[in-house]
Amino acid sequence: MSDGEQATTADSAVDDIPPLKRDRRSVFTRLTEGLKFIWASKTATVGLFLVLFWVFVAIFAPLLTPYTPLEQDWKNPNIGPSKAHILGTDELGRDLWARLIYGARVVLVVMPVTDNLWIPGGTAIWGVIVALLVGTTLGLVSGYHGGWVDEITMRLLDAMMAVPIILLYMIIMAALGASAINVVLAMTIVGTPGIARLVRSLTLDIRTREYIRAAETRGESAWYIMFVEILPNARGPIIVDAMLRVGYAIFAMGTLGFLGLGIPPPSPDWGSMVAKGREFILSGSPWAALWPSLAIATLVVGLNLLADGIREESMRYQ
Amino acid sequence: MDEQAHEKSEVVLDVEHLSIAYETRKGDVQAVRDVSFAVREGETIGLVGESGCGKSTIAYGIVNHLGPNGKITEGHIRFQETELVNKSQAELGEIRGNNIAMVFQDPMQALNPSMRLGEQLTEVLTCHRDISEKKAWQRCVKMLKRVNMPDPEDVMNRYTHQISGGQQQRVVIAMAMLNNPSLLIMDEPTTALDVTVEAAVLDLIETLKNDFNAANIFITHNLGVVARVSDFLCVMYAGQMVEKGTVVEIFKHPSHPYTRGLISAVPKLGESKSDSVLYPIRGRVPAPANRPQNACIFAPRCDYATGECLEARPSMVQLSPDHAARCLYAKEIETRPKTTRRKPRVFQIKEAVAKQAASDECCLDSENLKVWYPKAADSVVSLFGLGEKKYVKAVDDVSLRVAKGRTLGLVGESGCGKSSLVKGLIGLEPLTGGKMQFLDIDVKETVTARATELIREMQMVFQNPDSTLNPSYTVGTQIARPIRRFGTVAKGQVRAEVERLLNAVRLPKTHYDRLPRQLSGGEKQRVGIARALASRPDLIICDEPVSALDVSVQAAVINLLLEIQHSFGTSMIFIAHDLSVVRYFSDDIAVMYLGRIVEIGPADKIYDPPYHPYTEALLSAVPIADPTAAQKEIRLSGNVPSALNPPTGCYFHTRCPRRAELLPDGGAICEQQKPPWQQNGTGHRILCHIPIEKLMEMEPVVHAREPNANGSVIAVDS
Repeated sequence: MSDGEQATTADSAVDDIPPLKRDRRSVFTRLTEGLKFIWASKTATVGLFLVLFWVFVAIFAPLLTPYTPLEQDWKNPNIGPSKAHILGTDELGRDLWARLIYGARVVLVVMPVTDNLWIPGGTAIWGVIVALLVGTTLGLVSGYHGGWVDEITMRLLDAMMAVPIILLYMIIMAALGASAINVVLAMTIVGTPGIARLVRSLTLDIRTREYIRAAETRGESAWYIMFVEILPNARGPIIVDAMLRVGYAIFAMGTLGFLGLGIPPPSPDWGSMVAKGREFILSGSPWAALWPSLAIATLVVGLNLLADGIREESMRYQ
Repeated sequence: MDEQAHEKSEVVLDVEHLSIAYETRKGDVQAVRDVSFAVREGETIGLVGESGCGKSTIAYGIVNHLGPNGKITEGHIRFQETELVNKSQAELGEIRGNNIAMVFQDPMQALNPSMRLGEQLTEVLTCHRDISEKKAWQRCVKMLKRVNMPDPEDVMNRYTHQISGGQQQRVVIAMAMLNNPSLLIMDEPTTALDVTVEAAVLDLIETLKNDFNAANIFITHNLGVVARVSDFLCVMYAGQMVEKGTVVEIFKHPSHPYTRGLISAVPKLGESKSDSVLYPIRGRVPAPANRPQNACIFAPRCDYATGECLEARPSMVQLSPDHAARCLYAKEIETRPKTTRRKPRVFQIKEAVAKQAASDECCLDSENLKVWYPKAADSVVSLFGLGEKKYVKAVDDVSLRVAKGRTLGLVGESGCGKSSLVKGLIGLEPLTGGKMQFLDIDVKETVTARATELIREMQMVFQNPDSTLNPSYTVGTQIARPIRRFGTVAKGQVRAEVERLLNAVRLPKTHYDRLPRQLSGGEKQRVGIARALASRPDLIICDEPVSALDVSVQAAVINLLLEIQHSFGTSMIFIAHDLSVVRYFSDDIAVMYLGRIVEIGPADKIYDPPYHPYTEALLSAVPIADPTAAQKEIRLSGNVPSALNPPTGCYFHTRCPRRAELLPDGGAICEQQKPPWQQNGTGHRILCHIPIEKLMEMEPVVHAREPNANGSVIAVDS
């Protein structure tokens, strides 16, 4: 075809549009815009503060307490809040505040792979990330491909969803043994079917859009269409879902810890703290069980509020 | 209606200086400003204008459905001499009772899918008056007969999804008429329907108006539709009424520049690109928040604007007792020179089209193409692959040819296989049979198996501006993708190439970094065109590229496509349901019915006799934007048959209005034998049993008219 050298006089139909500033906004303005978005919803604001509180104490844990989580004060076991120990101590005289905030670290900020190797990103976070990767890929493939691929994948995932979650966790952990890595693995296995279902339903909708047809007429590969054309447009619901899932993951970690299947002692784990402290509630020292329970509750509720608020707000803008 | 009756009949609804505003976070936004009109008994008033002009808001204002944030800020609405403004919901209910009825655009949403139609219809009666269930049922059946519903007793027992779209709209209209309302408001009642169905519904509305003597308000964006059903016309622009008058008067002497713009922006049936030019209205409808308060609201887009237009808001200028326009120059507009110098581009198009040599080189040639979809198994035997396989024959035996640099138009009702044909050509659906040659290469594979060099030569422009672009990426990225993928230019020059393309589709370079949500519908469509052009294809398939756009923008996009075709020498396949647009744009036209082409040939031959009976029916259904045009009334009965079980013999015989009168023994042959192709001169073929000589004797659907006032408007310019 001819190398069309166009006579290029601007059309009267468009010349009344004022030149626009380049849409490359700085990180700062983007951040403030995001905050404004959350600010508009009271639910999301409350959630954000709860979550930020725990992230803050987890990151700065070593600066916020003079104790380490393993340090034992032999003289003061099982005491209530006092000057020396603001939240009290457990049955071995360990400082509860220290154990609580170091416990938050394991959940939100670092993951103990081995005794010496700790990688950034909390155990719950890693669990959700890996589940997202696997679930999203499966969901995209079965949603975009359809047919037999879809049928087989979804039926397998359905079968997994049929097993009660707690039971599934216990089976996996019993089979693999208790360690942070295995907790992540268990969370992945349990979380994948739900994420795959969500992504699949989003994909089924998005793949009917005309820009997907345009990509197909260009002969783009299926992977390109799935990950470059479809995935970015599904990100909103996926992000909200991921936030809720971090909440579930924290819950699951607590449950596993409580059952003795979580991160092995003596590392400070909220679930095992509750399990140990439970024995002393009736003997007059409820603190060791109370604080970690509250911690789990506030963090999970905070994440749920944040996710719900964001979802409502984004629906409103549509 | 004659003048005297008009004086006598009673005013049912009187709207005076009505202003409506919506409360938003940024304060009140005025959606409607100072609108006055009156509707009398047995009269239809048409509200026309582009989207966002406040037409529907007026309707919602009248029935008080403005929503929690809408309010009437000024003015009066008097219904049968009772004031409706500032009355509580309960009082309104009493005044209105069942005297105002409304018909909406989408019948699917007006009917409850989980109730039988009979229950829904009788409910309307039993809820408002003391009437027994049985009597109500009988009245409903009667009413369904009135709206020409075939088999009304049976329909009463069906659910919404069991009847077709046109029938659903009939049920909604029947429901509205059940209580014998004094005022009927119709909001785009035919927009979602096919041309043939639309024509039948419009006929129905016309007869009901005469039978029931109700006052009607008809809201639409389509000038052709409004010309057919209305007595009076109110042209709305950006929340204000810019012109009102009788339909005949307005179409004969449009006196507001906006009305004139609208009329010259749509092609009239029979006009082609070689003999006339479409004039887009520049710019777009301003958002309610930034509309000028003390200036003519249309001035920024007006071709006649002067300094005075910006100084004060013009009032309605009375031109005749029945005609007024909100323009300072309304009285002299027909002879007034334009103040803006239009770029002579539109005329270049005309010359370019004239020069375009009839090329004989072939771009795409297909023979007996078939696209069949296997039907899912519905018996145990076929579950194991043993039963007889069934197919939906979406495209069956289609042969067509697109010459280089020319345009083939595809028309037909929805469900006739246009989209499946296109999918088959471009390789999104596998071909079940037939041969296809593209650029002298045999192509059988689907797109994933085609060579990249071949893929880049065939690209597509889509219908829906809102989904044609990926909302996650900027305009620049999306146009650059095909350039990178096909290596059209060296890597370093991609950005320059994208800017060149933006220029070619008349968008400023600053659009490079914009996201699709920041663009208007017309702009998105231009980006879609630029993306299709990016690989420098030989063939562009345009699937209803303008049908989702506003009238004034349509013209600009059509002109753009014409210009691109000329400067790049691209061949095109143009699909549209608007026959005037297809006629205007195409060199050759193929008419499809139930997966087959029934008539194919040069555009001018298709639109004159001899016609295939189906083409004739389609043409007579086109709403013509001219109330004085004489158009034959041929209406098809029934629905398009299922492609799973097509009729025997000629597919069209079940609905053909001509075979009984033009063939011996009532056209029995049509039911038994497949029709032959009949030749009529160069390249014009008709698939019909009726001998060509008899088809030749048919009258043309639209009689030749004297050039009207609008014709002369264009002449003044040149």
